[in-house]
Amino acid sequence: MSGPGGIATLADHKRKRIDELIARTSDAGGVSLIRDAGRRLLRNPTAIVGAVLILLFLIIAIFAPLVAPHDPVQRFPELTKDLTVDNIPGATAGHPLGSDPLGRDFASRMIYGARQTLFVGVLATLIGLLLGVLLGAIAGAVGGWVDVLVMRLTDVMLALPSLLLAITLVALASRSTQWTVIIAVAVVNVPIFARLLRGSMLAQRESDHVLAARALGVRQRHIVLRHMLPNSLTAVIVQATLTFAVAILDAAALSFLGLGDPDINRAEWGLMLGVDGVRYFEVRPELAYFPALAIILVALGFTLLGESIREALDPKNRR
Amino acid sequence: MVRVILRRLIQLAVTLIVLMTLVFFWLRSLPGGPVDALLGERATPQTRELLTRALGYDQPIWVQYGRFLENVVTGNFGNSIRTGEPVMDVISRSFPATIELALAAIIIAVGLGIPLGYLAARHRGRVLDNATIIVTLIGISIPIFFLGYLLKDWLTQSVHLFPPSGRISTGLGNTDVTGFFVLDGLLTRELDASADALWHLVLPAFTLATIPLAIIIRITRASVLDVLDEDYIRTADAKGLRGPTIRRRHVLRNALLPVVTTIGLQTGALLAGAVLTEKVYNWGGLGTLITDSIGGSRDYPVLQALILLAAVVFIVVNLLVDLSYAIIDPRVRVK
Repeated sequence: MSGPGGIATLADHKRKRIDELIARTSDAGGVSLIRDAGRRLLRNPTAIVGAVLILLFLIIAIFAPLVAPHDPVQRFPELTKDLTVDNIPGATAGHPLGSDPLGRDFASRMIYGARQTLFVGVLATLIGLLLGVLLGAIAGAVGGWVDVLVMRLTDVMLALPSLLLAITLVALASRSTQWTVIIAVAVVNVPIFARLLRGSMLAQRESDHVLAARALGVRQRHIVLRHMLPNSLTAVIVQATLTFAVAILDAAALSFLGLGDPDINRAEWGLMLGVDGVRYFEVRPELAYFPALAIILVALGFTLLGESIREALDPKNRR
Repeated sequence: MVRVILRRLIQLAVTLIVLMTLVFFWLRSLPGGPVDALLGERATPQTRELLTRALGYDQPIWVQYGRFLENVVTGNFGNSIRTGEPVMDVISRSFPATIELALAAIIIAVGLGIPLGYLAARHRGRVLDNATIIVTLIGISIPIFFLGYLLKDWLTQSVHLFPPSGRISTGLGNTDVTGFFVLDGLLTRELDASADALWHLVLPAFTLATIPLAIIIRITRASVLDVLDEDYIRTADAKGLRGPTIRRRHVLRNALLPVVTTIGLQTGALLAGAVLTEKVYNWGGLGTLITDSIGGSRDYPVLQALILLAAVVFIVVNLLVDLSYAIIDPRVRVK
């Protein structure tokens, strides 16, 4: 340690050592726990199945234009020719899954559907996560009446079934768009993330690394952002994985209730299942089977992975 | 014990007041306010002013808020926009249908869920266990309205096993006593009506039971596995108690505690699922009422009352579940 002023150097040195200590205590459990959990995850076939399903879904979503045989919104004369309410053409040359009720290539719509479904699911999850984390962090860090207020608010939101709350929120908007659906599905998950984060914050407030930081005079904002938040994130990530599955199921339910995205060009699995799928169930059930199967597989993938991560992080399973 | 009940009741009151306040401001945040919501956009200024005065919206906001709370407490939610009837009449007419459906669903979910979860745990890692896990995972991943259409298509169209929709065949059960059709048939000795209502109930109840059933199976399984690991089970085994006795008195009694909590929490899933199930089977209960209230012009007075009702039902059921703990678990009583 060679510094210009003796006292300053000593202070720097001390601060550095204690900073190191804080770092080690705050993630000593963290790093080894995560590494440990990672090892268990790789050995767990359930987690692998979940990850593969998600990866497949991601690949289809990213490379949709390359995989899909046609434009998802183009209407084909050879498909519209015999199209009536009671007859929707099935598989023909060039259209492996046949037509949708508007004479568009159903296979291409299914493939592009991965994109839109991913979009709705990810955005709904992220918005819910960000709002929830913000509320939870504020409640947990500030405490006092702010905490009470936030908790009462989440109590109220949790007292309503999530789908009912989403219905209410969409009904609030004068007309539904893709965004009202995303926001309604997102807001429903805010109280869950908020409670999760607040709980984790409270647990950490009295923990050694936070006490050490506070004793050193580290500023409150720094403690919350650098020491408490990162340690809460594993729980939030697990919850987000599980939320994704719920989000696309809720979006499908809203479409079914007539509160979904009114854009007839949008190819999103929930929309395809909830509107055309059930309307033409007796004419051509494939219009429901394929989107439903896709939704089940993706929801299954996220649930399997989320549950496996949670299980792997459970201290009871540490060896 | 009494103190616990009191504290929970106060919590219930606080939650409801916050919810009512949110609903109050929600209605005022509507584009054009509640008057436009009631009259539509084409109302003349005269009618608008008349209604504004009639409903008291020309009063200061705190007077309006006070009157709103008073109305809610006395159960006066105004009239439905769609039918013009008092909201409470509309709701109480639809109420029995949904309760009948939800009760049937919870009976199926508990009646099948606990034995299946228990069996899966006892045969851990074997075919039965793995099959149960896969089925429950699909159960929570499938959109239940799709499952409803699937069951309806297979069991009412392809095989004419069940009626496709409605609560009872036309011409049967003309005497309405309680609104619970199965019960009504028994009360009026019209057993054919009772049986017919029960027959109509099977598919919707199974559809609605899907998610609670899957969750109850999973929780029961996990909970039984936890208990089987406990020292007191090993002790019971070591001191020579017979297998059935251990299972009944030690395993099940302890394993069912978390399951009871789960049943309470599933009330929420049932209320939300009812909206979807009732639409699939044209059931005509509260779920149908919600769908009708949001379709076309939105029936805000009905929606507002339904939201409060859903919250009250959910909170009260969970309060009852917590209280039932004292009966099931002696440890809670001592504390």
